[in-house]
Amino acid sequence: MSFDDWLLALHVLSAFAFVAGMILFWVLIVAVRQTDTPDGTIRMYPIVKVGNAATGIGAGGTIVLGIWLAFSVGGYDIWDGWIIAAIVLWLLSAELGRRTGAAYMQGMIKARELQTAGQAEASPELLAINRTSNGVLLHFLASVVVLLILIDMIWKPGA
Amino acid sequence: MSVLAVVRPDSWNLPLFIHVLGAMILVGGLLTGAAALGFARGEVRFLRLGYWTLLAVSLPGYVLMRIGAQWIYSREGWDDLPDDVDDPAWLGIGLITADLGGLILLVSLIAGGVGVYRLRAGKGAGLLKVTLVLSLVLLAAYVVAVWAMAGKPE
Repeated sequence: MSFDDWLLALHVLSAFAFVAGMILFWVLIVAVRQTDTPDGTIRMYPIVKVGNAATGIGAGGTIVLGIWLAFSVGGYDIWDGWIIAAIVLWLLSAELGRRTGAAYMQGMIKARELQTAGQAEASPELLAINRTSNGVLLHFLASVVVLLILIDMIWKPGA
Repeated sequence: MSVLAVVRPDSWNLPLFIHVLGAMILVGGLLTGAAALGFARGEVRFLRLGYWTLLAVSLPGYVLMRIGAQWIYSREGWDDLPDDVDDPAWLGIGLITADLGGLILLVSLIAGGVGVYRLRAGKGAGLLKVTLVLSLVLLAAYVVAVWAMAGKPE
């Protein structure tokens, strides 16, 4: 395998980690909608950390290795339309992901407040925060953008 | 390999997209299922979440991946190779991990299904630990497969 082949393999593995993290968050979004206790919400945090690691490594790996490949591989240039589109979409997905995380961390913060206050029973307020429709919309948009990146990477329009 | 990627015919794109999308869903489901089972620490809610994620996310992802794999295999003409010519190593790795992985996924789902049933009866979660171990084995195997399919080692 050439160095470029290794870069490509790690770039694709990063993309898998990115998407795997997003899928993990979809599952947690569904699960947290049924969660109305502080302990039940806080118990999800270790799984959230796995998702954070996957999306973080995946997002970082795709952009760094992707740009490296654009300079390294013959036949591609950084100013190719499909590569610029991918970078713009990546930036958009990163911002949407950041906002999604912020929306769902509100539930975690509220759960910790309730636990500190000694409240262990179900809380309608916590359930309402965990069922944030804004968070669902943001994660849906982030998922659509990542899907568009995948389509862009495979079809390479204009290449 | 990189030159091949540049000149890939348009007719290969849709099967490749389905193959890759299915594989990504499969890996995402395995990661999520393994994380939920691994961090459950005996809590029934997370054990069920882990199992149902494997069933409702990984299994459809596997089916999509395998359909896309067979489609792109045919489109690329690998099934037209003469009998005395072997598939390249990267393709062999992909085929073995896909087919053997499918079998392991099926075994892990059956073990997990029985495990979830036993949970209802208040019995232990031992079978779900088997599901967790098999999920982690599959995850590792698919990391190797993705590396091989993308990097195409000789």
